[in-house]
Amino acid sequence: MPSRPVTWPSLFTALMYAFMYFPIIVLGAYSFSDSRYSASWGGFSLRWYRALFSDRRLLAALQDSLVIAIVAVAISAVLGTLMAIGLARHRFPGKGLYRGMSYLPLIIPDIAIAVATLVFLASVAVPLSLGTIIAAHMVFCLAYIAVVVSSRIQRLDPNLEEAALDLGATHTQAMLKVLLPQLAPGILAGCLLAFVLSMDDLLISSFTAGGGANPLPIEIFSRVRTGVKPDINALSVMLILGSALLAGLAEYVRYWGDRQRQKI
Amino acid sequence: MTPAPSPTPAVTWTDRLAPRRWLGPVTLLGPAGVWLLVLLVLPTLLILEISLVPGLRLGQPSGGYGLGNYLQILQPVYLRVIGRSVAFAVGSTALCLLLGFPVAYWLALMSPQRWRNLLLVAFILPLWTSSLLRAYAWTTILRPSGVLNAMLAAIGLPAQNWLNTPTAVFIGLTYSFLPYMVLILYASLEKLDTRLLEAAADLGATPRQSFWKITVPQTLPGIAAASLLVFISTLSDFVVPTLLGGASSMNISRLIYNQFLGPTRAWGFGSALSMVLILAVSLAIALLIRYGDRNTITEA
Repeated sequence: MPSRPVTWPSLFTALMYAFMYFPIIVLGAYSFSDSRYSASWGGFSLRWYRALFSDRRLLAALQDSLVIAIVAVAISAVLGTLMAIGLARHRFPGKGLYRGMSYLPLIIPDIAIAVATLVFLASVAVPLSLGTIIAAHMVFCLAYIAVVVSSRIQRLDPNLEEAALDLGATHTQAMLKVLLPQLAPGILAGCLLAFVLSMDDLLISSFTAGGGANPLPIEIFSRVRTGVKPDINALSVMLILGSALLAGLAEYVRYWGDRQRQKI
Repeated sequence: MTPAPSPTPAVTWTDRLAPRRWLGPVTLLGPAGVWLLVLLVLPTLLILEISLVPGLRLGQPSGGYGLGNYLQILQPVYLRVIGRSVAFAVGSTALCLLLGFPVAYWLALMSPQRWRNLLLVAFILPLWTSSLLRAYAWTTILRPSGVLNAMLAAIGLPAQNWLNTPTAVFIGLTYSFLPYMVLILYASLEKLDTRLLEAAADLGATPRQSFWKITVPQTLPGIAAASLLVFISTLSDFVVPTLLGGASSMNISRLIYNQFLGPTRAWGFGSALSMVLILAVSLAIALLIRYGDRNTITEA
């Protein structure tokens, strides 16, 4: 490879990479520091990790978050995929309006969705619980999954389905055996995105949780508001590793999808 | 188009379970549509309604309809909050564009082809981590006894109080949304026809000329889309102003939050603020659809 001249955009880009990773590295470093205060390095220690794994409240919050994200994403995967297929395959009066509605969760700011959901739940007197958080998360999860699946449908070859029908497959068979396998990478990518958004959501959860549930972002928020918490540093490192794993998985899914498309 | 009758009709259990009409538009579009109608459209109409009931508080009998809640927003103290939100959004969007464009340019046009995808993924990787924890990370850097002041002290500069200032909010917002900016600009720059740049160079244009006369105009829709998206997100951000901005950085999302989960419990006023926010964002989206490049966003 020829040596490239060092130009100012490449220097600047390197600086920006440093900017993006600097806070993460700082968190990681201090999670191993024995000192309670972030200004000084107190020597290497795993005490914050020990504190983290014996913190029942935090672990229960993580469990709440995982239950919410997994249930909301699982149901949304079905509803969102059906919606994307319906929008791609059918024409009906009011389709523009329906499509507009499907974009609303992406457009309306979280705080407004949170407020509206709270007011609605209060007006129909539904008690707030884990279930109401799941119901509220499904709103944005299914919208994001539908968008990702839609963009994949648009790039598919419609002739394959028609060929299956011509060869005697029923509509159900054509959908399950021809369309769905081609959509799989898109559905999975959408699910990963929705999962990350659900695990990250603070506002909508705060407004729909009541006293019945305490997902992780709410617990973290209430702790970090009052200053530095070294065990949160350790938690951050664990969550960042988890996210990196998910990101790797997402990249693999994208690669798989591209390869599958090339094969066809 | 009707499917030709197959010589050996293959009827499987899936066909018996799901006759053709089950996969009609009602099955496909019904469940998600009902969900969005009941849990999003209806609730939004509901807050529109209660925003028109002046002085509505939780557990109090309400009076008639009126515009009182919207007039309350016009009080100087609340106008300052809205002004501050817009200033945060405009400032951090400009910073994101300024910092993000060179990065996207380098990634799309100058980075080694082999590593390009990996480099892009590496830049947006922080998006996969909790936004709450990323903002919290900056509090450890910016607090008075934090990393930044320690670094400043090491090179002999005086320590400053960074945390709980607007500067901290600008840093935090720029940090949070820079990856989105780079992602969308990259998608736009990647489509740039580099033959135009070569032609310009052959015809004697300096790099600076071809940048301003070709690269920027060609990617303007992408720039508009990315900027509006970042503007909308920063306008309504809650986590960064709360964790990094302190009491002096009240913005519209925090104000709304306080009306519902804070001590005030003024639901009518909070709903009116939410409607104003939705309206502002819808206006920005309308601009995006009019002037921006929607394809770039969907691809990103």
